Amino acid sequence: MDFKVREVVPHGRNYALLRMMPVKGEMPEVEPGQFVQVEIPNSKSTYLRRPISINWADRREMWLLVRRAGAGTNALCDLPEGSRLSIILPLGRGFDLSVRGNVLLVGGGVGTAPLLMLGKRLVTLGVDVKFLLGARTTSDLLQLELFKQTGETRVTTEDGSMGHRGLVTDHPLLTDGEIDHIACCGPLPMMKAVAAIARSRGISCEVSLENMMACGIGACLCCVEDTVDAGNVCVCKEGPVFNIKRLKW
Amino acid sequence: MVDLSVDLGNGLRMKNPVMLASGTCGYGEELADFIDLSSLGGISVKGTTLHARQGNASPRMVETPSGMLNAVGLQNKGVDYFVENIYPRIASLDTSLVVNVSGSSVDDYVAVCDRLRPLDRIAAVEINISCPNVKQGGMSFGTDPSMAAAVVVAARQIWSRHLMVKLTPNVTDITLIARAVEEAGADSVSLTNTFLGMAIDVERQRPYLSTITGGLSGAAIRPIAVRMVWQVSQAVRIPVVGLGGITCGRDAVEFLLAGASAVQIGTANFIDPTTSVKAIAYIEDYMERHNMADMSAITGAMKTP
Ligand SMILES: Cc1cc2nc3c(=O)[nH]c(=O)nc-3n(C[C@H](O)[C@H](O)[C@H](O)COP(=O)(O)OP(=O)(O)OC[C@H]3O[C@@H](n4cnc5c(N)ncnc54)[C@H](O)[C@@H]3O)c2cc1C
Ligand SMILES: Cc1cc2nc3c(=O)[nH]c(=O)nc-3n(C[C@H](O)[C@H](O)[C@H](O)COP(=O)(O)O)c2cc1C
Ligand code: FES
Repeated sequence: MDFKVREVVPHGRNYALLRMMPVKGEMPEVEPGQFVQVEIPNSKSTYLRRPISINWADRREMWLLVRRAGAGTNALCDLPEGSRLSIILPLGRGFDLSVRGNVLLVGGGVGTAPLLMLGKRLVTLGVDVKFLLGARTTSDLLQLELFKQTGETRVTTEDGSMGHRGLVTDHPLLTDGEIDHIACCGPLPMMKAVAAIARSRGISCEVSLENMMACGIGACLCCVEDTVDAGNVCVCKEGPVFNIKRLKW
Repeated sequence: MVDLSVDLGNGLRMKNPVMLASGTCGYGEELADFIDLSSLGGISVKGTTLHARQGNASPRMVETPSGMLNAVGLQNKGVDYFVENIYPRIASLDTSLVVNVSGSSVDDYVAVCDRLRPLDRIAAVEINISCPNVKQGGMSFGTDPSMAAAVVVAARQIWSRHLMVKLTPNVTDITLIARAVEEAGADSVSLTNTFLGMAIDVERQRPYLSTITGGLSGAAIRPIAVRMVWQVSQAVRIPVVGLGGITCGRDAVEFLLAGASAVQIGTANFIDPTTSVKAIAYIEDYMERHNMADMSAITGAMKTP
């Protein structure tokens, strides 16, 4: 599907928010936690598409929040407004929307991207949502105002420049708060640490994996994750969101 | 009107010369949201082994200049699962179905072909001889003419329909292997499989792939694959199926001109899942523009000075 980039909003030096609309027709229905495969336009130094989570979408518009990690994401962050993008979407399976009670959404770095849409959706479903967002420093805390508008938001920074000093896993909300379910997205070590806390506290927990992907549609088996029930499964098709019950960590 | 149909012999007749390459299209179904599978000449489904295989550990892929390295390691649920669960789902597809067969011994290949025999919609097997021969110290069947021939002779005895042999490019002279499998009874050869490669994350000082080395595919390999198809098509009389780095219809035509009777699209499916159907349209238009009435007019039509 072809998109037209309406606006590229830099978020500090390392991130940008891309707002886009389908060139023709409406946005397809998307679930929080699903992702897209973006073709990098006119790039000589990339070959495959790049997987990016859906940050927010409605019937007209979609947002992608991109961190500069290399040639592909740099090209996306530097796109001129009005650019066309070829995007395959929506891909994968998102977060469980049947969760109830006290739900804590834990994000780290650009991993907060899919939690915005998830939080907003859960709130409309009547769920009590809290956010716990971690970053290295204040300028890596993205879309903070939007999170605060959606639900109670706590932050941690490694340098203590905002909120609790340290990692999300040091925050009392996670270690002692009353929680029925956790949804988590961020760097792998963070997700593993959050999963360990969830396990030890007996709290159900979902994580969103970012395994290396080639096709994004279940055709190549490059992105697999080892599961308890089915061995290696495609993260792009059966995930990227998994309940930690299924994972071998 | 251009006639795109192609007859590769021994029952493998395709409506056009464009197939999907094994391991890059799942069982075809994964691409069904994007293309009409029945518009394809054929589909070579995922590499199938006698027993289920979990494949290699992650990470299994890394992008490289104009291509990618993969180390999937033939993950599949085994031939019995294919026969019982997957074949019934794809048997009604109106395209030529080819099963890519892998093994770690001659007996493995034979056993897989035997299990496929009752499936009458399977038009061909594509014997992937790039696999390591466990009994012979892990050396690939496809790098030794006599080992390659031994697999084909054994499979030929049990498989009477079309038998295609997929050649590895990781050899000094690919025409020797091609001639050996022709002699052993192959109906066609497909080439190339991936090129053995490697990439290192210099900051972490570690290989990108869990297996250290992996198979290179994508546009980066195309000129080498075209050269090999050209050489092999002159060395054998059986039809040659060309692949390796095709990204569009123009690239497919390049292989046909070099001597291929048909082509397969692999890694390009990951970038644009509609590459195959676009290539079919391109080839048709190309042949019309060049007054080529049927496939025999384009196969090997490269002019030399
Ligand atoms: C399901 C999923 C959702 C994602 N969501 C987001 C998001 O919302 N925002 C965001 O900024 N990033 C997201 N990523 C990560 C993003 O895909 C990578 O940062 C990007 O592919 C890097 O490409 P590059 O060309 O900029 O850098 P490269 O130089 O190609 O790579 C830099 C690093 O990025 C990672 N990476 C590279 N290619 C891939 C790949 N194909 N799949 C996964 N990781 C890769 C590797 O760790 C690599 O070392 C997501 C990844 C996945 C799998
Ligand atoms: C992820 C991946 C998996 C593959 N799996 C198989 C396989 O199971 N059997 C096989 O014969 N070839 C396999 N191949 C090789 C392709 O079929 C093809 O020969 C090769 O990729 C070159 O073509 P391309 O550049 O168009 O991809 C695989 C390739 C890739 C990229
Ligand atoms: S990325 Fe190809 S199967 Fe998941």
